[in-house]
Amino acid sequence: MHNYLFLIPALPFAGFLILALAGRRLSKTTVALVGAGSVGLSALLTMIMAIEFIGSQGETFTQTLWTWMKVGGFSASISFTLDALSLVMLFVITFVGFLIHIYSTEFMQNDEGYSRFFAYMNLFVGSMLTLVLADNLLLLYLGWEGVGLCSYLLIGFWYKDPANGAAARKAFIVTRIGDTSMAIGLFLLYANLGTLHIQELMHRASAEWQIGSPLALAAAALLLGGAVGKSAQLPLQTWLPDAMAGPTPVSALIHAATMVTAGVYLIARTHVLFTLAPIVQTAVAVIGAATLLLAGFSALTQKDIKRVLAYSTISQIGYMFLALGVGAWSAAMFHFMTHAFFKALLFLGAGVVILAQHEEHDMFKMGGLRKRLPIVFWTFLLGSASLSALPLVTAGFYSKDLILWQAWSSPTGGLWLWLAGLLGAFITSLYTFRMVFVTFFGKEKIALSMKPGRRMVLPLIVLALLSIVGGFVELPETLGNLPLFSSFMSGVFPASSEHAAGTMEQLLQIVASLVAVSGIGFAYILYIRKPAFTEKFAAARPVEALRRFWLSGWGFDSLYDALFVKPFISIARIIKHDPIDSGYDGIVTMNTALHRVLSKTQTGSIRWYAAGIAIGVVVFLGIVIILS
Amino acid sequence: MNFLFYLSAFIAVISTVLVITRTNAVHALLYLIVSLLAVALIFFALGAPFVAALEVIIYAGAIMVLFIFVIMMMNLGGQAAKQEARLLTPGIWIGPSVLILVLAAELIYLFAFEQERFSAGAEVSPKEIGIALFGPYAIGVELASMLLLAGLVGAYHLGRPHRHGKDEGGNS
Amino acid sequence: MMATVPMEHGLILAALIFALGFVGVLVRRNIVFMLMSIEIMLNAVGIAFVVAGARWGQPDGQIMFIFILTMAAAEVSVGLALVIQLYHNLKTLDADAANSMKG
Repeated sequence: MHNYLFLIPALPFAGFLILALAGRRLSKTTVALVGAGSVGLSALLTMIMAIEFIGSQGETFTQTLWTWMKVGGFSASISFTLDALSLVMLFVITFVGFLIHIYSTEFMQNDEGYSRFFAYMNLFVGSMLTLVLADNLLLLYLGWEGVGLCSYLLIGFWYKDPANGAAARKAFIVTRIGDTSMAIGLFLLYANLGTLHIQELMHRASAEWQIGSPLALAAAALLLGGAVGKSAQLPLQTWLPDAMAGPTPVSALIHAATMVTAGVYLIARTHVLFTLAPIVQTAVAVIGAATLLLAGFSALTQKDIKRVLAYSTISQIGYMFLALGVGAWSAAMFHFMTHAFFKALLFLGAGVVILAQHEEHDMFKMGGLRKRLPIVFWTFLLGSASLSALPLVTAGFYSKDLILWQAWSSPTGGLWLWLAGLLGAFITSLYTFRMVFVTFFGKEKIALSMKPGRRMVLPLIVLALLSIVGGFVELPETLGNLPLFSSFMSGVFPASSEHAAGTMEQLLQIVASLVAVSGIGFAYILYIRKPAFTEKFAAARPVEALRRFWLSGWGFDSLYDALFVKPFISIARIIKHDPIDSGYDGIVTMNTALHRVLSKTQTGSIRWYAAGIAIGVVVFLGIVIILS
Repeated sequence: MNFLFYLSAFIAVISTVLVITRTNAVHALLYLIVSLLAVALIFFALGAPFVAALEVIIYAGAIMVLFIFVIMMMNLGGQAAKQEARLLTPGIWIGPSVLILVLAAELIYLFAFEQERFSAGAEVSPKEIGIALFGPYAIGVELASMLLLAGLVGAYHLGRPHRHGKDEGGNS
Repeated sequence: MMATVPMEHGLILAALIFALGFVGVLVRRNIVFMLMSIEIMLNAVGIAFVVAGARWGQPDGQIMFIFILTMAAAEVSVGLALVIQLYHNLKTLDADAANSMKG
């Protein structure tokens, strides 16, 4: 069965090829079958692989397809490796991806680019699977670029509106900066360690580089640059809110569950490198903490429901970065898994809401959907509860709590990181339930324009279930001690060092739970009990200014516009007139002028020519005389 | 003999000056013939009797006669002399004179500072010239004959009366 | 019984006559006179060659003069034929009238 590993990425690629070449001629049903079916088959295969993997006690398995290139001393092959980390990623990508594909068959039902959509989605899933299964960093980079391309194609899917194209370009260009950083990191790694095969690379790095050596720092920092770009962390986070211009399933799949977590995967995969570079690892934690706070505050002020979720994604990935930064590798992957469940759920639910409200995105124009879309409401509520880490019953609680505990107790963690995470948790529950209360409670403002069908509701229900039970695979010591997940990952990651648990951990858990619940309570008061007060408060002058600042994402867009875009455009305007060409034009002009002057000497008169000869002879003889 | 040289040189220079200042073409030609004869005398004084003879026969005898014939053929008349006089204003002499004075000065400067006495060379007889011509310079002789052929054909073709306006098929 | 004149004097004579011929070319506008002046210049060059040859007592100078003579003959015949053509076409012997090659 192991030999079918390659089918897992190959099936979506095959789906892409079929849909790209023949999609226009197929019926919508066929397109849906091919598009969703390929991902479904991959999910099935993943299940089978998982059973085999667990059965064989977690033995890592590699399948090499062919040698990609062999040039100079460098060789890279198309080979896929299955270990615990890639299995978790596979599970999330294929399973959540399959659910989203089913959802999209109904969501995109009336769109004329139906086959194009599924072709791009399949290409994306194939690239993402290549990325996580890749054996060497070059193949990983191939997948990396592939998902970047698909992100661009899918954000700008409704290309007739130029704003969508601009958003797609912004996403591509900003992540490109990260991609370049990563490529330079790959060059550095190959130049110094002679290989890009991941396992081999990690061995050689830990053997040859000291902890804190400048090469390790440089390589880790460059890889971090790539991860920051793809995962939309500071300072490259500006593209994700604008990427909401794409269709909602795209936002769910790419910009919530999978592509944006590629950075987390990269750091987790090359964690040896990061442990060799403690400064960079601390930087990861600091970036994570800063981003989660920044995005959280921004989410508090957004009006567009999808933008709230976008900033929420940035914030939650900040949590994952925080975990990676303090050495809690499996905690980060655990949060990735639970986040994929509830964030995809929230996005899909938001998609239904938007469709049902005549394509309206502004939450404050909606209301009272609780009674009208009950299933959507309940699943959305469960997802929001998981996002806010409602204690004990939601998956989000277990994963976020694990991160907070690790942030406190890890030797590279500390009080400030823990406080940042705690504050972030409060803000998370605040904005999440702000979103819930404003959208689903209150008076109904817009009449329903559609009711979701089975294909949209079923994924919501499945994801809601997962958002609840998905956390029970990793129960902390104080609450049942069932570390299934981290023991599953122990083959890949070293066990994160923990202090003796016990009362400290319990105390911290109680504090975190209180914080989450109080956030919900605040949201209740502000938006259900006293909405008028909230409005007046928000309208007060200093608050209004702060609100606008946070609404714009802490002004990063205008900062980058002033720092990079404007100088670039002004330079382009200067160069538009081809200043370098003017040098060549100058030569041409000079030649033409010289020609005009010299052609005056051609008078056609013989005597003039004879005089010219005479003058020439005189001059030359003069030179001879003078020089001798 | 030295005196002969210097006298002939003087005559040659004077008559050359007269050549270039005459307005009547035939007068100028006659003065040119005088100049050429003086040069022939110079050659004779220098011990080159063969080229002295050649100078007289070919240069003064054939080429100048050719000139005279052509001028006669063109039948210019007194009108031409008057036109020449008009064109030959004194002012026109200034520029070229300056230029050529500088040239002459340079040349004389270059030639004047070689302190060698003219060694008493023997007369170079025609026999030596003949031997040299058929020896090392044989190829020059052949080329000269080709040149003369070209000149002959060219002069014949160019000298024919062409009728204007009638297409004779290009160059016939 | 040869003249023992210094070579420089002969060369200076040649230079003088050459210069005079050159002046003639530059000043006169009548083509026939220009041709005559060119003949003067050729003659002067010939003087220079013969003087040089006589200085060394070798026939080479005279042989060069013979070649020059040949070339002058050919040139004069072709040149005068051209002058006749020019006169037929332009009805004048003014060299400045034949300036359609200007520009």
